[in-house]
Amino acid sequence: MTSADPAWQLFERRFGALRRARRTESTLIFVILVLLFVVSAVWTDFSPGKILEGVPRIGEYFGKLFSIQPSESAPPVAVLAWPHLFGGVKEPQSIAYWFYRFNVYAALLWQTIQMAILATVLGYSAAFVLAFPAARTLTANRYVVFISRRLLEFMRTIPQVVLAFILVWPFGIGPLAGVLAIAIHTTGSLGKLFSELNENADLRPVEGVRSVGGSWLAQMRYGIVPQMLPGFLSYGLLRFEINVRSSTIIGFVGAGGIGQELKRVIGFNIYEEVSAICILILLIVVAIDLLSERVRHRLIGAMA
Amino acid sequence: MSASVAHLPRRPTPTRRAMQWAFGLGALAYFVYLLWLFDFDRIFTGLPKLWVIVRLMIDWSQFAEWDHKELLRSMVETVAMAFLGTFLATLFALPLGFLGARNIVPNRVFRFLTRRIFDGCRGLDQFIWALVFVRAVGLGPIAGILAIMVAETGVLAKLFAEAIENIDTRQVDGIRSTGASRIAELRYGVLPQILPVLISQALYSIESNSREATILGLVGAGGIGLRLSERIQINAWDQVAYVIVLILITVASIDSVSRWLRLRLIGGPAARN
Repeated sequence: MTSADPAWQLFERRFGALRRARRTESTLIFVILVLLFVVSAVWTDFSPGKILEGVPRIGEYFGKLFSIQPSESAPPVAVLAWPHLFGGVKEPQSIAYWFYRFNVYAALLWQTIQMAILATVLGYSAAFVLAFPAARTLTANRYVVFISRRLLEFMRTIPQVVLAFILVWPFGIGPLAGVLAIAIHTTGSLGKLFSELNENADLRPVEGVRSVGGSWLAQMRYGIVPQMLPGFLSYGLLRFEINVRSSTIIGFVGAGGIGQELKRVIGFNIYEEVSAICILILLIVVAIDLLSERVRHRLIGAMA
Repeated sequence: MSASVAHLPRRPTPTRRAMQWAFGLGALAYFVYLLWLFDFDRIFTGLPKLWVIVRLMIDWSQFAEWDHKELLRSMVETVAMAFLGTFLATLFALPLGFLGARNIVPNRVFRFLTRRIFDGCRGLDQFIWALVFVRAVGLGPIAGILAIMVAETGVLAKLFAEAIENIDTRQVDGIRSTGASRIAELRYGVLPQILPVLISQALYSIESNSREATILGLVGAGGIGLRLSERIQINAWDQVAYVIVLILITVASIDSVSRWLRLRLIGGPAARN
């Protein structure tokens, strides 16, 4: 019977069957998603009513962030206005008035960036050391590989902020705890990436060094490091971008940087300073992303 | 990467060598300055205290008395927050991604503005958004969900816009040649091509957001973070360790579920892993 079917009928039938199967699958996925959505919404009290109730308050809050009260009795006005834009520090609605504490913010932002630099350097160095024992192709001893891998995994799975919060107790309030927390996390994630790079390395140079009697260290130093360095550096820069972001928030638990100041002004409801700091953080993050992107492209260009 | 070396590298000139030395010494001096700036000598006084904390952390003799119900509830709440936030972010990011793609919206000014909005959303960390939303809508998971949603919308919209810009135009031309409407073009020409990217990105976001959501509670935005910070503040280190273990287990299981789903739905190795 089927063999007598003209080709187009066969096609139509198979096409129909395929289509029905697809439909059932899509419907099933859709139903599961909706179910998960409803369950999560119930669990977190996420109801449309609450959202609708919250929307005007969100608008109100963001409105407050960008308005100031020139004096006690005066009504609030927008934070910037064209005629006053370039006025002095004493003149409301000017840039200078909005950012009147710019010197404080600038010092804290600089501290934040330096925290990111130090944490990246420390984490990069530790990851560099651990990436060789963690690479299966380079280390013969299975236990060494296993232990170094679990160590790296452990370092990258504890949330950074939690780690900083804990480290503040023994090391005291201040940037040290933040630097250590970010450095530990950086070690974990860079170590994983580096060891994966190492496993893809060309092993012929290693054999070459071994054939002339080089020790394991010499094999790594002259066989692996030269071919991997551009990749390592490029990942390191990428991590630096991420660490700048992290060090802006790590201050919330008392671990240094601009986050501490942001927490203070949010706590005291100094609205125009909240928006001023957020804008500065945004600018610095975007600027560092762009800068490091350019350097990374040059590195990748140098590699090819 | 592995350029074959035909001859030995040339010996650097003395000036170049001097510059390299100067650069190296400068970097080293800066590094030492940073160590000094951030009080690294405090490490030596801190390490014994850290050891005390670690010893307290591994003592789980009070296990039966801990409030397991509350902790597990908060853990589920964290995952639910991550799921809801990512789900809503995907819903918002898809249309925004179309608006930010060069081949869909040719207007340069409009595209520039949408792209800057994406940058604004993702430039600020979720944590900062959570702080702002806690002030705006009050304590609780809703602030966390909104924070995840806003930050993730920026990330996903940018990625979707890039995926849409990289599609194969022939499929769209084919749909157009049948006289289809603009919407049908997007539905049958563009959407099937970006669907794998969309699914794998959304899954990846759920993974990373359930990691991130564990800390949102530190500022009162719901989830396990609040419980964790309470326990850190009263120095209940054994319970802190327990909560961290809970977080690690949850994150690991979400990772493996999402890896399985990604393989199942897309097939082959993941696009971004």
